[in-house]
Amino acid sequence: MAPVQAQAVPVTPDSSIVPEKVRDGIALEINGENYRHTGDPQMPLLWYLRDVLRLTGTKYGGAHGENGADLVLVNDKTVSAITVPMAKLADKRVITVEGLAANDGMLHPVQQAFIDEDAIGCGYCTPGWLIAAVDLLKRKKQPSDDDIDQLPNLCRCGCQTRVRRAIKRVAAGKAGQP
Amino acid sequence: MSDRTTNDGIRLSRRRFLQVLAGGAGVLMVGIRVAEAADAPVPLGLLGNTFYDLGAYVRIDSDGNVLIGARDPDTGTGVATSLPRIIADELDADWSRVRVVPLGLGVADNNGQPRWTYGRQIGGTGSSIPAAWADLRQVGALARWLLLQAAAQRLGVPANQLRCESGTVIAPDGRRLSYGSLAGDASKVALPNNAPPPKNPNSYQLIGKPAGDVDAREIVTGQTPFAIDQQYGDALVAVLTHCPWPDGTLEHLDITDTMAIKGVVKVVQLKPEPGQPWGSTVIAPAVAVLAEDTWSALQGQQKLKLSWKPGASGSENSSALEQQASALLAGTSDPSAHVRNDGDVDAASKKAARRLQATYFQPWLAHATAEPMNCLVRLEKDHASVVAPTQSPRDAWAVVQRLTGLSPAQIEISVPRIGGGYGRRLDHDYVAEAVMLAQAVDKPVRLLWTHGQNLSHDYYRSGSVHQLSAVLDRKRQLTGWNQRMASASALARRGVPDNRLWTSEVDADQLPAALVPNYRSDWYAQTSSIPRGPARGMPHLSNAFAVQSFIDEIAHSMKEDPLDTQLRLLGDPRQVALSAGSTLDTGRLINVLKLVADRIEWKNWLHSVNGLGIACWHLNGAYVAHAIEVAMQGQKLIIQRVVCAVDVGRVINPMGLEGQVAGATLDALSTALNLAITFNDGQIQQHNDKDYPLASMAQLPDAVEVIVVPNDDLPPTGASFLAMPTAAPALANAVFRASAVRVRRLPLMKELLRLL
Repeated sequence: MAPVQAQAVPVTPDSSIVPEKVRDGIALEINGENYRHTGDPQMPLLWYLRDVLRLTGTKYGGAHGENGADLVLVNDKTVSAITVPMAKLADKRVITVEGLAANDGMLHPVQQAFIDEDAIGCGYCTPGWLIAAVDLLKRKKQPSDDDIDQLPNLCRCGCQTRVRRAIKRVAAGKAGQP
Repeated sequence: MSDRTTNDGIRLSRRRFLQVLAGGAGVLMVGIRVAEAADAPVPLGLLGNTFYDLGAYVRIDSDGNVLIGARDPDTGTGVATSLPRIIADELDADWSRVRVVPLGLGVADNNGQPRWTYGRQIGGTGSSIPAAWADLRQVGALARWLLLQAAAQRLGVPANQLRCESGTVIAPDGRRLSYGSLAGDASKVALPNNAPPPKNPNSYQLIGKPAGDVDAREIVTGQTPFAIDQQYGDALVAVLTHCPWPDGTLEHLDITDTMAIKGVVKVVQLKPEPGQPWGSTVIAPAVAVLAEDTWSALQGQQKLKLSWKPGASGSENSSALEQQASALLAGTSDPSAHVRNDGDVDAASKKAARRLQATYFQPWLAHATAEPMNCLVRLEKDHASVVAPTQSPRDAWAVVQRLTGLSPAQIEISVPRIGGGYGRRLDHDYVAEAVMLAQAVDKPVRLLWTHGQNLSHDYYRSGSVHQLSAVLDRKRQLTGWNQRMASASALARRGVPDNRLWTSEVDADQLPAALVPNYRSDWYAQTSSIPRGPARGMPHLSNAFAVQSFIDEIAHSMKEDPLDTQLRLLGDPRQVALSAGSTLDTGRLINVLKLVADRIEWKNWLHSVNGLGIACWHLNGAYVAHAIEVAMQGQKLIIQRVVCAVDVGRVINPMGLEGQVAGATLDALSTALNLAITFNDGQIQQHNDKDYPLASMAQLPDAVEVIVVPNDDLPPTGASFLAMPTAAPALANAVFRASAVRVRRLPLMKELLRLL
């Protein structure tokens, strides 16, 4: 008996797999997760975070972000979330206060140092201070008092001296230590 | 829930009762409730049967977790930490097992009238700690007593031989029972006839020990929900455009372009209700844009075409008001109030060896809260849910009740953590706005003010002019003091009788009252349509600046060290009777003065190249002094050192107190350096942080050195604004030493640059 000759059968892909069309919207990464915004591209990031994603840690801090409560990191740079329209965030990486801690809940050293120094007044502007401090410490491991003076945040409760201590605590590697 | 839901209470005072509620199996709950009648305890059954119905409570679960309710709104004053720690210490709880639950308003229906089931609930007025000291200790003490009785039964050991430690009862033979395992039995123990006595202070474990904010971890991870963060899925976002004049009217409105914005649902007009006091209704006529989301609402607001017509306030001008104040003080008309009159100032003046006079000018101020006014309201036929950043939930309730006509218990007021209060949130215009809008659209409403509105539509602190005169005898003793002040009262248009309007503006007992034999204080009322209301540190903030600057000027005129002048004025340590029935302990004031002087090395005062300034004050039975060192580099003012000493009696949370003292110091410095609200043609001229510039990090000192006087013999006092009044005069006095320029007008930087 002659061996059965395998016949070359043309292979067609599963009919459910179709080439993807170019997708609408703005793709971006926020706190390690991928999102796609299909609404108004002029919507400021702040309202996208707060109203759409319900990530409310980033606070409203004035029409131009004057008091710094709405600071976030966009590609590792400090930005006022109300001043950036979604249109400018395609393929960008955003980190908000909710994204500072590790996935296992381990706090970022700056977060820990704010707790250690009780660098909190009412707490409303705290997320903005944290973002600004994280950014500063990333740029400068040992920031001077003059460097710290450049932080853009405002606080009527008067947490500034405690924030300064918290930043120095991180620089000294003492976050979380007594 | 257990079938045992009633329990007679223990009488604490005429109107307060401790009560125990058996909740779910194995749970112990203890709270305080305020009785309506003074005769007998009200059965607990009337209170409802969930732990949320008990105020100032502690709940111990069978797993050992402890929930403690925080009754007073926390605007950053730390009361959500300090008040529960008072309970936890009396209970000997393990703080790491304690979870603090913020309590909303406790209100029950008492024949159509509200009954406040949690007693007092108010934040940011400096009274939370003293009130808590009076009653919250008893809550913890009773819970602990009940647990001890339950343990005694189970172990067969008399309760007085057991001790409690960190959530555990320990027998003499070393056997241990956790609170969790005892909670169920403890809830069935018969109540004692008298409230168990609070602990011996020597055994405090938490009171007097530092503790960070209970919400710290949630705050630094962005998880703490402020009112502004809360949402119902179907709520419309409302943003408002207010009329620049509180008494103005809408002249023209075209909403065509607004309605064309996707997401905009409706435009609604609001007006203040005639006859309602300030703070209870809409602050000014307004046009609200309601939309499905914030961005749509803000875009819709941008597209409004409208114009306003001024009312009578349209001619008001802040500089004209100041000139009018100066004219009042220079004239001979009778004052609106004789605040205090000791001895005979005129006779003393005739015999004087030396007379001095100076006039101090202070601007109008805004509250500038970080979290703008906002409110979330859901109205149903028989229920209202309101989430409001209010310092006074009862007053918020009253506004909702008036506008909805609902019965007392149908109104639910939730109060999350608040982004700054400073007195602004003792008023409830924003609650009225949100309720009116929810009624107009028949949907839940989430009201959001912009930052600019927060500044330009406020119940401001009035500007003031203070004319001070002093009389000295040949021995350089201060024998006469005459103080005349003019301002527009914060209590006007609030149902306060005219003869009490001065009480928000000046304190009859403020320094140097009761220390100078001939002392007179008069107040002249000004009228204004610009809204005014309670403000942090009022009336001490403005008066301390004038008085403590003037004492420095007296010292200078006598070529004397200002510390010596201050100490001679205070005299020997003694108790001096004040008009309010309280006393001024000059020894405590001398002590805080000397402490800051020593720390800042006051001995260098005369020869230092930098300027040193000092000031002291007392308020509400607490004492404070600041010493500040500044340097002038050309036109640049550098605040090099700030030392503050406080004596508040017993300290509940030293870490919280340090934060309050440092924070109030920085707030006061920021205010004194930079801030002023002005108005022209009745329109506020400040609309953003550039116009009303809170001090930047660079402008403020790098540190505030806080000295806390240990004083455990005296009950605790509130400290949320204690450190405000003395910062500005200490700064101005230091600036005088550094620059030879005497600043008698705030804000300081503007005046200093004008005079340099």
